[in-house]
Amino acid sequence: MSRSALLVLADGRFPAGGHAHSGGAEAAVAAGRITDAASLEDFCRGRLHTTGLVSAALAASAALGADPAELDAAADARTPSPALRTAARRLGRQLLRAARATWPSDELDGLARRFPKGAHQPVVLGLTARAAGLGPADAAHCAVHESVSGPATATVRLLGLDPFDATAVSARLAPEADRVVERAVDAARRVAGEGVDALPAASAPLLEILAEAHAGWSVRLFAS
Amino acid sequence: MHLDHAPAHHGPAAVSADVTRPDGARRALRIGLGGPVGSGKTATVAALCRALRDEVSLAVVTNDIYTREDAEFLRREAVLPPERITAVETGACPHTAIRDDISANLEAVEDLEDGVGPLDLILVESGGDNLTATFSKGLVDAQIFVIDVAGGDDIPRKGGPGVTTADLLVVNKTDLAPYVGADLGRMAADARTQRAHLPVVFQSLRDGAGVRDVAGWVRERLTAWTA
Repeated sequence: MSRSALLVLADGRFPAGGHAHSGGAEAAVAAGRITDAASLEDFCRGRLHTTGLVSAALAASAALGADPAELDAAADARTPSPALRTAARRLGRQLLRAARATWPSDELDGLARRFPKGAHQPVVLGLTARAAGLGPADAAHCAVHESVSGPATATVRLLGLDPFDATAVSARLAPEADRVVERAVDAARRVAGEGVDALPAASAPLLEILAEAHAGWSVRLFAS
Repeated sequence: MHLDHAPAHHGPAAVSADVTRPDGARRALRIGLGGPVGSGKTATVAALCRALRDEVSLAVVTNDIYTREDAEFLRREAVLPPERITAVETGACPHTAIRDDISANLEAVEDLEDGVGPLDLILVESGGDNLTATFSKGLVDAQIFVIDVAGGDDIPRKGGPGVTTADLLVVNKTDLAPYVGADLGRMAADARTQRAHLPVVFQSLRDGAGVRDVAGWVRERLTAWTA
């Protein structure tokens, strides 16, 4: 693995469309569920252990070479909200564009041919990690990092939250994020023998419900 | 799998500024319109659509900051069939979506070419921003920066990337000059100083001044693109 390649992929400025998404933070702020750094931390912890874990396992599994179509179907089954499925495919398509330009590979080209309108973002993330010479744990680290840093940076814009406080939330959650990565990679390693049902299916019903409501707003800053 | 040992890559290129589409056809010319909030970008796009829609196949991408109002305005004005207008959401940062991370806009452009193409021209309108907002060359082939006389007649003198480097500078709402005390002569002289030989058009959508010049400039670009 190349630590430098990992930093390129994990960089928040990697141009893959993430800046327009809040990871559910915009809807949670409007619902009064995120009001300050403490409630942001609660929100991010919940997301880390649900969406973050599932995304990390999908990404690790893709990085290990599991069939992307099976993983994409598994991601669908773990994402009840149509709005979130649409957002995940859109982000997957945007990541794939950036990945193909950054780490050209036949595998990524094949994925683009198979999913012209986008596969779920964690699946693309895992294959991108492969193309970058990275391993399953690297892919999982990127996924859990995004699951926390997305809402944290969005909340800085939404609430005018002190950016130092928001970054400290991500830092405080880092040890937990490491443990989530371990669980995700363990599950991903079982996929070869047990199939995609070995992947975790931790769900956050409120994220799904709020995402559906958010998709219907006429005035909003973020796409999801 | 390590890049060092990967075989030479011969697959299709990832599309951004590539001149041809994956099927080998030449893609549409993309022109960006940027500028401060309220300077008349959407109205300029509407005027361009009216001037050009009978000559060329065109579509519009709008980048609204927190609503779909610009796209809805264009649809309501019926300047183009609704399927030729797409809105991109920008996550509170309009300049990011047109410069630093252009993926959502590229996706919109591609979807328009797939859905209503073949297209000759796509106008990409930025969300209202500040004087430093410019388009990435990965997204557009040329850009128009729209300012207006009511925003202050010192804007050309202040310069900034938009005013200085845009391929065309449009100074809009010239009909308001007498009411806001804007000195058009001074604006023209400052713009010449900042932009050397790059063109400037003074436009008033109310009395029609300059509208033909902006459309004419776009036509020249189209001719050069298809040559």
